[in-house]
Amino acid sequence: MDYFTTDLTSLHEKLVNKDLSVEELTKETFKTIKDRDQQIAAFLALNEEAALKQAKELDQNGIDPANVLAGIPIAIKDNIVTKGLRTTAASKMLENFDPIYDATVMEKLAAAQMINVGKVNMDEFAMGGSTESSAFKVTKNAWDQTKVPGGSSGGSAAAVASGQVLAALGSDTGGSIRQPAAYNGIVGVKPTYGRVSRYGLIAFASSLDQIGPLTRTVKDNAYVLNAISGHDSRDFTSSDREVPDFTQGLDGDIKGMKIAVPKEYFGEGVAKDVKEAIKKAIKTFESLGATVDEVSLPHSKYGVPVYYIIASSEASSNLQRFDGIRYGFRAQDVKNLEDVYVRSRSEGFGDEVKRRIMLGTFSLSAGTYDAFFKKAAQVRTLICQDFAQVFSDYDLILGPTAPTTAYGIGDEINDPITMYMNDILTIPVNLAGLPGMSLPAGFSNGLPIGMQLIAPQFREDTMYKAGYAFEQATDFHKQVPTIGGQN
Amino acid sequence: MNFETTIGLEVHIEMKTNSKAYSPAPVVYGAEPNTNTNVIDWGYPGVLPQLNKGALEYGMRAALALNCEIARDIHFDRKNYFYPDNPKAYQITQAQTPIGHDGWLEIELEDGTKKKIGIEEMHVEEDAGKNTHAGDGYSYVDLNRQGTPLIEIVSKPDIASPEEAYAYLTRLRQIIQFTGVSDVKMEEGSMRADVNISVRPIGSTKFGTKTEMKNLNSFEHVKKGLEYEAKRQERVLLAGGEIQQETRRFDEPSGETILMRVKEGKSDYRYFPEPDLPPIHISDEWVAQVKGSIPEMPDVRRKRYVNDWGITEYDAGVLTQTKEMSDFYEATVAAGADAKLAANWLMGEVSAYLNAQKVELGQTALTPEHLATMIKLIQDETISSKIAKKVFKEIIKNDTEPKAWVEEKGMVQLSDPAKLQPIIDEVLDNNAQSIEDFKNGKDRAVGFLVGNIMKQTHGKANPKVVNKLLMASLKER
Amino acid sequence: MAISANEVKHVASLAKLEFSDAKLQKFTGQMDQIINMVQQLSEVDTTDVPVTTTVTDAFNVMREDIAVKGTDRELLMENVPERKDGFIKVPAIIDESEEG
Repeated sequence: MDYFTTDLTSLHEKLVNKDLSVEELTKETFKTIKDRDQQIAAFLALNEEAALKQAKELDQNGIDPANVLAGIPIAIKDNIVTKGLRTTAASKMLENFDPIYDATVMEKLAAAQMINVGKVNMDEFAMGGSTESSAFKVTKNAWDQTKVPGGSSGGSAAAVASGQVLAALGSDTGGSIRQPAAYNGIVGVKPTYGRVSRYGLIAFASSLDQIGPLTRTVKDNAYVLNAISGHDSRDFTSSDREVPDFTQGLDGDIKGMKIAVPKEYFGEGVAKDVKEAIKKAIKTFESLGATVDEVSLPHSKYGVPVYYIIASSEASSNLQRFDGIRYGFRAQDVKNLEDVYVRSRSEGFGDEVKRRIMLGTFSLSAGTYDAFFKKAAQVRTLICQDFAQVFSDYDLILGPTAPTTAYGIGDEINDPITMYMNDILTIPVNLAGLPGMSLPAGFSNGLPIGMQLIAPQFREDTMYKAGYAFEQATDFHKQVPTIGGQN
Repeated sequence: MNFETTIGLEVHIEMKTNSKAYSPAPVVYGAEPNTNTNVIDWGYPGVLPQLNKGALEYGMRAALALNCEIARDIHFDRKNYFYPDNPKAYQITQAQTPIGHDGWLEIELEDGTKKKIGIEEMHVEEDAGKNTHAGDGYSYVDLNRQGTPLIEIVSKPDIASPEEAYAYLTRLRQIIQFTGVSDVKMEEGSMRADVNISVRPIGSTKFGTKTEMKNLNSFEHVKKGLEYEAKRQERVLLAGGEIQQETRRFDEPSGETILMRVKEGKSDYRYFPEPDLPPIHISDEWVAQVKGSIPEMPDVRRKRYVNDWGITEYDAGVLTQTKEMSDFYEATVAAGADAKLAANWLMGEVSAYLNAQKVELGQTALTPEHLATMIKLIQDETISSKIAKKVFKEIIKNDTEPKAWVEEKGMVQLSDPAKLQPIIDEVLDNNAQSIEDFKNGKDRAVGFLVGNIMKQTHGKANPKVVNKLLMASLKER
Repeated sequence: MAISANEVKHVASLAKLEFSDAKLQKFTGQMDQIINMVQQLSEVDTTDVPVTTTVTDAFNVMREDIAVKGTDRELLMENVPERKDGFIKVPAIIDESEEG
């Protein structure tokens, strides 16, 4: 069994035909993880005992031929709460946290009979773009272990890209699924805000967060999104719009599709090699019968400041519950209540988290609220309007996912502003609540380049359709990294 | 120099919904600690709030009963602060769009003057848990109360004296009680008042610095605390000093207010709209529906008692002081009792009993049906008023059907002239002196004779009939 | 200077965070940079522009007032650092009047 050369459909067929049992598949997966993850360091915790138990049960009861996901192992980003399995959000604050309930997406995956093989690394509390702010370990890019895997879902992306699992769940607040997917040459989708329940996702920025799948192929991604989508009465922001079958309509035919490319996405911050790859991608789309025009999203450049104010503000409030009282890290030798609060939080949180909390607290402060939070919320409206304007004439927006390919581990960790600018292309999508996909669109010096597709709200189908057509017309998704000399 | 006083009241009212404001956990009092909580109440990582429709509607009810404008587009806001009984470290409240605003209620003072007190705004929010201080260097947190829906009512600066504040609280409690949304019992914590007060020289246009008082246990304490604080502030100002912004508490034994802490500027709660709860649009239909669900308010009932049943204004006022009494009264009349008699009994014997025993109507065995039956027995003269008192003692303590009991105990009044006349004749035969006395104008003799007759009949004789027959018999002697 | 060390200290106290002097310096410098960056927004004309605080398509979402039994206390207590007799135990709260 080799995850590099298979996909969900073929693997499913093997399981149905009993060429391979679920138990064997699961055991093989853990073997690969234990071996390969020594180079990649994507996993924080393995769920071996429970996974094997579930695998055996599935073998006993038989695989439902109609359920492509049955018996397939999946990795889970460690900010998704998993009952009975340590969930840390890659923070010292939750180092020993044992959840007593499951996130809604976990219940849905269980219903789809997917097997949770373990929790994967991330930036602490999902705040970051390189997974370097994890309190526990540094995950490596699957294509070059001296490079960052991106973030905050770096573990999810690296695990899939390095062939340890076929699928992983990540979360995306400002690009945290799409950017690591781009850096690792895989498919990452952030669904429309409200498409997937946030119940059980450790909140970073409540009006921006979404859980989404990372996979090797577009169709595989659609299968997983099918399984985790849907209204949840426990998440009042979830949409009760019907969930279509995202695997339908993937036939490669996108003749007449109207694609828009914002000129702001080719600004000076975007590297030459990335621009080249996207220009070639545009040609591919045109050859497939789509029309591609240049448009403008005039407020694009304000996305980063708007995001940092809003996301930090919401985060500063969401993270107040980590106070050392009911769960999580509590500092030792505390003299009084104030100590419990201040020392637990100061010792439990890393620097990037503290920076965001501080920025958020400042933005919401009585004297600064109007100039910061309120102002950002107003500019957010303008950014939403920009998109609405373009989507009134176009089906899809296209551009690069990230301004550059993956950079070196340790290169930017001391330069917050540069790191924040890496998200300039993905952030506006979260601000407007739109669905976005990153898929492989080229390479430069052996490192993957990702292309981003953005669709109108609840039109993931258009994104999948276009992504599939592009994928089938290219072979970037077939490339495989060399990891420490082994494949 | 003479001063005028401005008092502000912020009243918190606990709603008696089934479940909490933002979680489905039960709202229950007095349970074992942390047994009516769930992961949402505890603020576990990853949980999200679920707005209780009942809580919002109760809030609307209260707002309508207080003549407020109902906001049509509302959302919730987060109020951020750290405290052990506040698990999320923020409270979900309504800062920007309170459900009701610009309402009023009318108070009546002891001298009969009426005054309208404005309500600035009122909104829905959630209660925190409870901290117990054990004196061992630790505090103990129980989150059962966390999330209980609250209504906060903020008055306009119209209250000008401690007496008015007392009247406001009394009236507010009465109105809220009649809406059915809360038990509004200060002693149980379902009604709490924070008060603030400032004084200024009469005629001054600028409000003085205010001090506030929290944790007041009764309306009486509120009044006394405000009386002391007003005088204290006047003393300070007259001596040339300045009022500091302080939080003070009322010390019952001394009757003084005592400094708790100085307020260093306003707390920065960093309010912002709650992103986890989508906005609510309140339609005209919904407002009408909630309006229709409000039980009849005390003033309306009062008018009805006076106009329809001929009850005095005063009596109607007493009967509508609490919803429990008013409901009981109406049910008693509905069960066939004469309205005036029922009023008398409730305001008299019943109230005396409740005060003496320090219990509430609902804690006695008395039911409107039983009370009505007893009153009907008096009305149709089956029992005398004196006997009725005995019956009353029985039915307020036990779930006894009065008609059957009266018959069982042989307490039926003796009204048959055929049976009474022989007894009257006998008593008259044996008391010639009394007949003499009566003829000589000593009316007391009648009372003596009646007393004798009552004794002969073991108190069962119908006094009215006895009197009538006795007077007739005396005339013949 | 968009933000001073004293202001940073005040914000830290609101957020219940503390920094060593060296860290405070570094943080103040970084915060200063970040605040400068976000202040770009002042150049955008937002006259009469409403705020966007959510992008959900849901509205008027409410739950019927039906109570669901509380979660087993032992389960809830599993992660509590200090407990006693069914209560969560914390160092004494000095201020009698609640913060709220």
